[in-house]
Order: sequence, then structure tokens, then C-alpha cells
Amino acid sequence: MRIKTTVTCMIAALVFGTASIAQAETLRLLTWGSYAPDELVQKFEAEYPDIKVEVTFSNNEEMIAKLRATGGAGFDLAQPSHDRIHAAQLEYDIYKPMDLSKIDTSVMSTVHLEGVKANTTIDGEVYSVPHQWGTSGLMADKSKAPEFKNWMDLCDPMYKGKTSMRLKRTILLGTAFSLGYDPFAAYADLDEYQRILDEVVEVLIACKDNIKAYWKGGDDLAALMLSGEIVASETWDSTAYRIYNENSNIVFVPPGTGALTWIDTFTLPRKAKADDAAYKWINFVLRPENVTIMSASTGAIAAVNGGQDLLPPDKKAAVTAAWSAEDIANLQFFANIPPGIEDMEGKALEKIKAATGG
Amino acid sequence: MQKDIRRLSLILLFAPFALWIVLLILLPHVGMVFLSLREKIAPRVYEFGFANYIEFFNEPIYWNTLVRTGSMSLLVTVLALIIGFPIAYYIAKIAGPRVRGALFLFCLVPLWVSDLIRAFGWILLLRETGVVSNILQWTGLAAAPVEMLYNDVTVVIGLVYTVILFMIVPLASTLDGMDNSMIEAGYNLGGRGTTVLRRIIIPYAMPGIASGCIIVFMLTAGSYLTPILLGGKNSSWFTEQIYDQFITRYNWESGAAFGMLLLAFTSLVVWLGLRLTGQSLANTVTKT
Amino acid sequence: MVNSPSTDLECINISKTFGSVLAVDNVSFEIPRGSFFSILGPSGCGKTTLIRMIAGFEQPDSGEIHIKGKSVLNTAPNKRNVKMVFQHLALFPMMNVYENIAYGLRCNGVAKDEIDQRVNNVLKRIALPDVGEREIHQLSGGQKQRIAVARCMVLDPDVLLLDEPLGALDLKLREAMKIELKLLQHQFDTTFIYITHDQSEALVMSDRVAIMNQGQFEQVGTPQELYHAPRSAFVAGFVGDSNRWAGQTVAAAGSAVRVKTEDGLELLANPYGAAAATGGRAVDIFIRPEFITVERAGGARAAPESGHNTLNGVVDSLLFNGANSRALVRSASSHLIEADIVLTGGNEDLQPGENVTLIWPADQTMCFAT
Repeated sequence: MRIKTTVTCMIAALVFGTASIAQAETLRLLTWGSYAPDELVQKFEAEYPDIKVEVTFSNNEEMIAKLRATGGAGFDLAQPSHDRIHAAQLEYDIYKPMDLSKIDTSVMSTVHLEGVKANTTIDGEVYSVPHQWGTSGLMADKSKAPEFKNWMDLCDPMYKGKTSMRLKRTILLGTAFSLGYDPFAAYADLDEYQRILDEVVEVLIACKDNIKAYWKGGDDLAALMLSGEIVASETWDSTAYRIYNENSNIVFVPPGTGALTWIDTFTLPRKAKADDAAYKWINFVLRPENVTIMSASTGAIAAVNGGQDLLPPDKKAAVTAAWSAEDIANLQFFANIPPGIEDMEGKALEKIKAATGG
Repeated sequence: MQKDIRRLSLILLFAPFALWIVLLILLPHVGMVFLSLREKIAPRVYEFGFANYIEFFNEPIYWNTLVRTGSMSLLVTVLALIIGFPIAYYIAKIAGPRVRGALFLFCLVPLWVSDLIRAFGWILLLRETGVVSNILQWTGLAAAPVEMLYNDVTVVIGLVYTVILFMIVPLASTLDGMDNSMIEAGYNLGGRGTTVLRRIIIPYAMPGIASGCIIVFMLTAGSYLTPILLGGKNSSWFTEQIYDQFITRYNWESGAAFGMLLLAFTSLVVWLGLRLTGQSLANTVTKT
Repeated sequence: MVNSPSTDLECINISKTFGSVLAVDNVSFEIPRGSFFSILGPSGCGKTTLIRMIAGFEQPDSGEIHIKGKSVLNTAPNKRNVKMVFQHLALFPMMNVYENIAYGLRCNGVAKDEIDQRVNNVLKRIALPDVGEREIHQLSGGQKQRIAVARCMVLDPDVLLLDEPLGALDLKLREAMKIELKLLQHQFDTTFIYITHDQSEALVMSDRVAIMNQGQFEQVGTPQELYHAPRSAFVAGFVGDSNRWAGQTVAAAGSAVRVKTEDGLELLANPYGAAAATGGRAVDIFIRPEFITVERAGGARAAPESGHNTLNGVVDSLLFNGANSRALVRSASSHLIEADIVLTGGNEDLQPGENVTLIWPADQTMCFAT
């Protein structure tokens, strides 16, 4: 008798328990580290008490791998970069189109919105809207390397053993630009792109001797730079801004051929279950007061009108120290990566790593 | 009735183990084998074939990295054995019971922190502006900052440090089971220290040596963070290539093939090692 | 001290302490060549420490150890020509029988042909000529025992030490091995020093036995001396079975002494040592079961001659063990006394509950002052 009562109570508790959870909708975010600061999440949950936010931190490659493994399930909103959507969607079918009427696109800066739309429209359907943008470029200690300006300066014997780079596709593209090519244009002709890559590989193998080490993450790079073990490096802009706050000699340097610009987007996974909550989150984080909180956390600039002015003061100083008007005019937006490019670039990187240069 | 209950309890007891084997070990590997035998023809179009394996053998970078990973793992295994054996011997045969516990705990310390923290520990110590370099300059042993990071030696040191416990534990437990009078008999019958070590202690500890070496070799060949973080510009590691294939290049098919090849390669090395030392896997497992 | 050439081993005043425990206390003895010498004592008496010092695994705190007349204190264990058979034999499980025996020869750098010849020779002498290729775990307990002895004997040691090697064997095998070890010792004609806590092993095999207690030798002698002429209460109690009373001497009675036991008996006893011969001393009395005769009460026998003790009691139980059968007799004061009897299985046999009289000679009643 008592057992029966206990069991009944347990079943009841289970039913009511799950029911109450089901009532509160869960928004499962798949995004970059620092792209969901606690302050914002709490503010959002306070405004929408029936929505609970769960955050998983990741990067471009892992986001795609995770969604590919589940066929686009397990998350309600992802934030891949604008160049990583088209091919991934064609190949793995992991996203679903967006309903732009649910988003207040008027606050978005037109150039970024149109750019992302152009990149992510498949069969007339738009798959992504912009969130924040930033660049990959160079960073130098102006007290030790005042002339540092171009990608190829990393390989200048003047700084032998004092430079670093990340052995990923960014440096391949940067090197291609500084060799006078436009790799994005060459995406259309893979043979042509392969020829460029071969040349880039040769240059970077020869450059190996000049490099102290390949950095692997932001902390790694910051330690190398702040300790003075290196004087210049390839970098993410956010990392450079962070370092600038600790040592104002170290500034972000937009390369002469143009900083490589990415836009992180909002994109819906194909089997997302909380689309309304996702749209609410998008509109929420694009509000001016929330943009500042977000940028303080990420170090990136929001793709909204006047995004730069909404930066917190310390980041604004770092950005001002780094950018001139012509640098901004000279931005190189990452182009959509067509299928097959990753394999070609991956092989190029392996060749560089395996070469016994120095 | 009684019999049914007994059979039911047997099934219930066995079920978790069977589930574990099937769900977590067997199924993923079967999946990997299938994945590795798919050839990518076009987006969302695949065909059965061995292209991923052929690709591996046609590209020297890949098999060179595998051979490199294998030989460095062997080096780490040998070093862990050479360093771990005296420690295990001390723990099992010389130290008192209280000291023994403390020493075991001491060996466990590296496992209390994550791989990442451990690697950063080494980075802090060995970098050009790090602790060791500063001490060397301060004592006058080095005139200029010394860079000890970003090379294969550092990778080997870091790996040995990480895996040595897995050498010490099976060795100590085998040696612990050895009757002290066996060693005394070795001396009593006229053997010198080296003779006793070579003809009695080492042959007796052989199952422990073999199982320690297998664990250490497997762990090392399959390690990821330590070689990546401590390694230099040329230090490629095979697991890094598997990661790249899976994650950066979206090439799951070839990543799966590489994974199977790593498994086959390490199994081959272990099999060869057992053959050369005249041990059997079953013997190794039961004696330690 | 003069080292006669007929002495294989001589220990002079050796002592050893572990922390505050005195394990071996000023022990001296010498063993003539070719004899079987046993050290018998309860566990913890220091006998193992003593032979570990002889083997070189422990260093004495003081004293001298001579082997064949030469001090070996500064000789490493592997250089002493003293070999040891360990308690659990310590055969090497990773080598076969041949390799086990050849191990010592190889250590000594003996040529391959000679090793072969000597190993086969010793295997023949222990009557196991064909076991060379066998693994250790394939041998029976007795075979292992013999291999362990052979492994030492192939090296022609001056002294062979045996540390309770029969302890792990079952009873029947142990009985057989006692005889076998004695024969092996004769055959090799080498000095054996045998450590045991089992008196029957020591008595059966040894030429001489040392009784060791609390780090000291209580008595050294032939087995018969120890049995029939113990020099201390400890030896009398430890060697052989005996009935024991505690009591007090009343007065001397000729060569004997009159003793009143704690449970009120008056007995005539044979004093061992002068102290036990005077009145008013606390003493222990020992009587071996084989000297006690059991008579049915009211039997036809005449009253015992003078110089005998008598005691009435009731048969409590019978312990049948063939030729070694015994009766347990309860005295009026409830003391249980063991006496040897003959049980034939016929109607004449004693039955439990019968009233009996125990009779034994006074000069077999050993009396020691405590």
C-alpha cells in the first residue's frame, strides 16, 4: 500500500516537474566564447521570464561539426561566420531559412546586412542576418617594430625569431593578398586557386625559419606578445584590443592589403525548436544599450548603425589607435567558401607544418 | 521459479557491461569503419570505396606523421619505463607502508589537474621568459634567455610526465607480488646486483612492464593537447591530423579512415612488442 | 678460540637488535663438518634473524661469524659460500628447472659444458633426472623441495641453511620429506642448518639441536639429551609432550624431592639442578605420558613399589591414534592428565568413565625451580 502511494507520488512529481519545465521555453544558443555574457543572459531572462537560455561555446568548425552530427538538431540558434553558411548548407543541410519580418532589420548597418544576405541566399531564401563583425590582421609592438605594416613583414629577417602566426586559412589568404593575388576571386576557378596556394605554401615554408612558434589560441598569443618574446604577429582584432589595454605600445595593424573581415551571423539550425525565442534574442541583443554590453565582452563591433560608437570606452580607444579611414575603406570581406576549398587549404597547411624549415 | 530469478539477476548484472561494450565501444567503431569506406563524389553524394585509405598511403605527409607519432610514442614509453621502474621498485620493495601511500599519491598529483593546465604549467616553466630560463640567467649558467619550448624534446618531457603514473602503477603492483626472498635467493646463489636485476627482477616484472608499456604507448599515441601545445613549428602529431580532417576540413570520411589507421597501427606495435618479449595479452592482464 | 679444521661454521657472541627488540642475544655455537644441526624455537625467538646473519642478509651488531675458519662479516651475501633454502623455496617461476639450478653456476662463470654436466649430475642425485625442461609450476610440492635443495647443492656450499622449508607442505608429505632431507644430507655430506618451530622435524633429522628462546640458546645437544635430560623448564616443556604441574618443594627425600602441587597433590620428583633439590622453592613438574601406567582401580596389581607416584582418577576420554593412543584422565582436583595406553580394539580396552589409578616412577618426574 505504502509502496503504491510512493510510486504514485513519484509519477505525479515527474509529470508536474516536466510540465513546468515545458512551460518555460528553452533557448539553446550555439555561439562563440564570450558571445553570451552572463549580464545579458540574466537581463534577457528577466525580460522574458518564460524563456531559459542555455549556452554552448564553440567555433566555426565545431559548430558545423556538431550540427552535422545531428542533422541540425540540439540547438535553437547558431552564430557561424558569414562565409561558412552557404557551402555547409548545400553539403549538409543543417540550417533553415529565416523569417526576416520577425527581425528589426532597420537597426542593422546596411552594408553588413546586404553583404550577409548576398552570401547566404539559397534558392531565394535568406539563411542569416549579421550580428557582429571584426577582422583578422596584424599586431605589432610599435616601440620595437614601428615599420610593421604588411603580412609579409612577418617573414622579414629583420624580425627573425620574433614573429608568430596561426597556421590556419587566414594566413594563407593574407599571404596570397600580399603576393598580389585576389584569392577570393580565384575561388571561382579552383585550378587557379591551387596555383596561388602552391605559391603561398612555398613562401610560408621559407618563412618558417623566421617564425618563433605558431600560436594556437588567444591566451597563447597574448602571453607571447606581452612577455616580449615576439614583437609582431598575425592576430584577431579582439585579442589585439585586449592586449592594448595592458600595453598601449601594442596595437592592431590593418595590413596594407586590407584587414580580412568576418561577420558573425545569426542562423537557425534546421531542427531548431524555439524560433520565436531565437528572434526575441536577436532583437534583444541588437538594442543599443545591449550592444555595448555585448561588445565589452566580445571586443567585436556590432553590425548596427553606429556600431563603432556603441563600443565601450577602452575598446574605442584601441580601435581609434588602430584604424584610419582608408583602412576601413580597404576591408576585405571573407568570401563564401565553395566546397572543396577546405580540403585544398587543409593540405596546404599540412605541407607547411610538415616541412622541416626551421 | 528460483532458476528464472537467478537467470534474471545474471542478465541484469551482465547488462550494464554488455551495454557499455556495445554502445560505447563496438557501435562507434563499426560506424567509423563504415564512414571511412565512403568516398565523397559531390555534395551529399557518396560511394563505397577505399579512396580514403589510398589517399593516406599516397600522401607522404600523412604516413610520415603517423610514423613520427609512433616513434616518439615509443621513445616516451621507453623513457617512462626507465624512469618509472626505479620509482616503482622503491615504492613496492623499499618504502615503508606509510611512505608508499604518500608516494602513490604524489604520482597521482599530475592527474588532479586537466591536460590543459598541465601543459600551461610546462609553458610557464620553459618559455623564453619563463621560470627555468630566468633561473639559468640569474645563476649565470646562461648569458641570454633560453627558449626550451616549442620543440620535440619538450613534447617528450611533457608526455613522460603525464603518463608515467600509468607505468608505475602496474609495475609496482607486479613487483609488490614478488616474494622478497626471490631477490635474496638471487644474491644468495651468487648473483651480483646487475645479474639479479637482469635475470630475476625484470623477468618477474615482465607482465607489469608489458602492460605498463601498452597503456603508456596507447595513451601517448592518442594524446592531443600536450603535443599540440608544447610542440614546435614542425611537431605534427597524428591526432592533430585526425582533428583537422574531422573539424577544419569537414572531411569525416578521411578522418574516420585516419582513426582506424591509428588504431590498427598502435595495435600492430603492441602486438609486435608482445611477440618480441614473449608475453601474451592475457598473461599481462592477469598478472598485474 | 682455535678454529679446528673440522668446524664448518662458528658463531661467536653474536647479537642483533631491531629498534628496542633484542632479536639475537649473545649467541655462540659451532657446528662440526658434515652434521645436521637444527635450531628449534617458537616463532619470534630470533632463529630466522640468526640464519639471515649467517647468510649475510643482516649484519650482526656485535660478534663474529666464521665459515671454514674465516670471518665472513665483511663478505657480501653473494660471495659467501653459504646457500639457503627459503621458507617458500623462492624458486624462480620464470625459469625452468634446469635454468633454476644453472643460475648459480652461471653467476660463478662456470663453462657451459660443465654447467650441463653438473646440473644433470645433481638432478640424478636427487632422483629427478628428467625434470630439467619442466616449468616450476608443473612440479609437485616434494619435487619443488628437492629442486630447491639441488639448486643450492650444485654450488658445493660449505653450509646449507634451511628456513622452515617444510612449513608449506601437507602432513603426509612433510613426514616423507623429513626422511628425504636427512638422506640428502648424508648423500651430499654437507653441513645443514635447519630452522624450525616443529620439534618433531628437529628431533627426527638432526644430529644436534639448539633450543632457542627469546634470542638465546637454552640448550644445545643431541635430540635424546634434549628429550631426556632437559636443562630448563622451557626445554622440558617445549621438547616432547608432557603433563605439567606447578607447585612447591616440601623437603628433600634422598636423591628425590617431595613436592606439593598447587591442586594439593603430594608427589615425589627428581630435581633437575641444585635449586630444585631444596625445600620451599616454587617449581614446575613435567611428566611425559609414556612413563605413566594406567591401572583399572581395584585391579589385581599389588601396591606400587616405593619411588613411584600414584594418582586416582576417572577416564575422561580416549584419544585413539594407533600405537600412540592416549587416555585423558581427570584427577580428583579436575586436572587432566595424558597417559599413553594400548588400545587393541578388544573388550579389555579402557572405557571412558572408568575409575583408574595412574602410576609413574619418581625419577621420571622432572622438577625445575622456576
